[in-house]
Amino acid sequence: MLLLGPALTLFVGFVLVPIAVAIYYSFYKWSGFGPLNHPVGLGNYRRAFADTVFLHAIQHNVTIALLSLLLQLPLSIGLALLLNRQLRGRGFLRLVVFAPYVLSEAVTAVMWLMLLQPDGFVDQVFKHVGLGSLVTTWLANTHVVLYTLFVVITWKYIGFGVILLLAGLQGIPTELREASALDGASPWQTTRRVVLPLLGPTIRIWIFLSMIGSLQIFDIPWIMTLGGPAGASTTMSTYLIDKGFQSYEFGYGSAVAVILFIFCFVFALLYQRFALRRDTAGSLTRMVS
Amino acid sequence: MADDFHAAHPNVTIQVQPIQNESIKTKVQVALQGTPPDIFQQWGGGAEAVQAQSGKLADLTQLTSSWIGDLGKSASGWANDGKQLGIPYDYHVVGFWYRTDLFTKAGITTPPTTLDELLADVTKLKAAGIAPIAVGGKDKWPDAFYWDNFVLKECPKATITAGIAAAKFADPCFTKAGDDLKKLLDAKHFNTGFLATPAQQGAGSSAGLVANGKAAMELQGDWEIPTILGLLPKDQQATVEGQMGFFPFPSITGGQGEPGAALGGGDGFSCSTKAPDACAAFLQFMTSAPVQSELVKANAISIPSNGKATSAITDPTLQKVLTYLQGVSYNQLYFDQALPTNVGNAVNDAVSNFFAGQGSPQDIADAAGKAAGQ
Repeated sequence: MLLLGPALTLFVGFVLVPIAVAIYYSFYKWSGFGPLNHPVGLGNYRRAFADTVFLHAIQHNVTIALLSLLLQLPLSIGLALLLNRQLRGRGFLRLVVFAPYVLSEAVTAVMWLMLLQPDGFVDQVFKHVGLGSLVTTWLANTHVVLYTLFVVITWKYIGFGVILLLAGLQGIPTELREASALDGASPWQTTRRVVLPLLGPTIRIWIFLSMIGSLQIFDIPWIMTLGGPAGASTTMSTYLIDKGFQSYEFGYGSAVAVILFIFCFVFALLYQRFALRRDTAGSLTRMVS
Repeated sequence: MADDFHAAHPNVTIQVQPIQNESIKTKVQVALQGTPPDIFQQWGGGAEAVQAQSGKLADLTQLTSSWIGDLGKSASGWANDGKQLGIPYDYHVVGFWYRTDLFTKAGITTPPTTLDELLADVTKLKAAGIAPIAVGGKDKWPDAFYWDNFVLKECPKATITAGIAAAKFADPCFTKAGDDLKKLLDAKHFNTGFLATPAQQGAGSSAGLVANGKAAMELQGDWEIPTILGLLPKDQQATVEGQMGFFPFPSITGGQGEPGAALGGGDGFSCSTKAPDACAAFLQFMTSAPVQSELVKANAISIPSNGKATSAITDPTLQKVLTYLQGVSYNQLYFDQALPTNVGNAVNDAVSNFFAGQGSPQDIADAAGKAAGQ
């Protein structure tokens, strides 16, 4: 208990107390200055769920999460399987895939902003490969902007997934592949029936990190679009900053933060309970698992 | 300048921390909850009133009473409840900044004075293959400049003042301003991708497009010239500066607004309660005629708040702007700044949605009252 002291103090001081304070603020109408003297009960929460911009923001987060599952995950697995094979220049290719992850979100966002300028680099590439008719205003078209951001997010984070999965692949003993090959399994069957199931724990961890990341995504949309145009790329986090800090509505902003927290918390608990339990069985105490 | 002041007042040291336009709003907000700097940027109006709730803004009324008269009556934009909470060091006014070379190329000899003339010129520019108007829709406030200006044309001054004071735009003239805006939007005159265009950052911003001759004009404040020059390589600055022209927001037919009304504001500083005396002394120094003249010559400010320093303006375009500003019947503070911050942002959001084809003129007019009620 004594050894736990410092860590516990930090955890309480920098995690639990701020959460409690945010919950407290969320019941007030408060500009951030002066005393809290305008209680509104659950008014801020009601306002959030009545605001179409916020509801759309939730939708956008969920869209990014689903797209990550449906596109980013298969792509990561494919790249990881490819980069796990003996091929010339493997080290270099791994570096190329992983490099974007090392860049900060801000650098990524600013770089893509420039590439995506009207008639900029991306448009030119499309035109030169004969896809000029597909060119649109990537960040100004309200129907497209969210998917543009998803591509940037994928570009940025794919390296992380690939590294994670590569590590998982390294953990699969080669004997198992050899055995299945000896039994006459085709390479596809070996991958499908032996490798992927053994990669399960890594994939489940990736899904967990990716879902939480999708719910909290902030930097890239904020820098690239400020959540616009007309709220078409607002996420819960950009909405929270927009209302809390930009509009001096700290009570309301806190309520939005609490909602975001609950979403992440509930997802984390359920996911731990139903998906991760078998992976962590034995390594955690009963209470956590 | 901070160094010059330090030389005269050795016991006062000023550290300058430059912060970008959009991020300072957040920084000041956070600082006021804790320990604010002794002096910080202040645009006056409703945001200042909200900040004053922190109790950390110094009341400068007494400290500045002997010299504030030099700054003209516009300094009252930094007063709240009869207390002077900030001091402006320059004034702004919004109008159309245009490229004379591109106008000539499109066969336009004199800048437009009415909305119909503007629309006709825009057609000529389009025919000449030039993007007529750049607007930084990403930042929202440049969109709002259009609606604000149409309100000034449609509504009498008293209606606007009352609407801002009540944070509610109920009069039908506010909706009419949205109808006017629709006319402009329907004609699709703006640069490609304007909804995602920032106002001032980089070559792809609306200022950058005008700077590079890719768009013919934009509705901006008088900070336009320094902004544009900052986006250009040194060797092109002089040429482009000579090609910039200015015309006031065009008039419309049938509006009830004062013809001489202008939209503007200014930059100033507020002092925190920690060191008001030294801070006020610095503001007196900064707004004194010689210092202001120096600031103008260094292109640091366009229109000095001290009337005695206006003779330092040499740029012919800026002289024109100054003449315009001196001739206006009143200079209305930008609505988003005049209103409480959350209300102002709600109006900007509504206008920006309207630019993106969402919502109606009525929605814009309703946005203020709705936000104020929340």
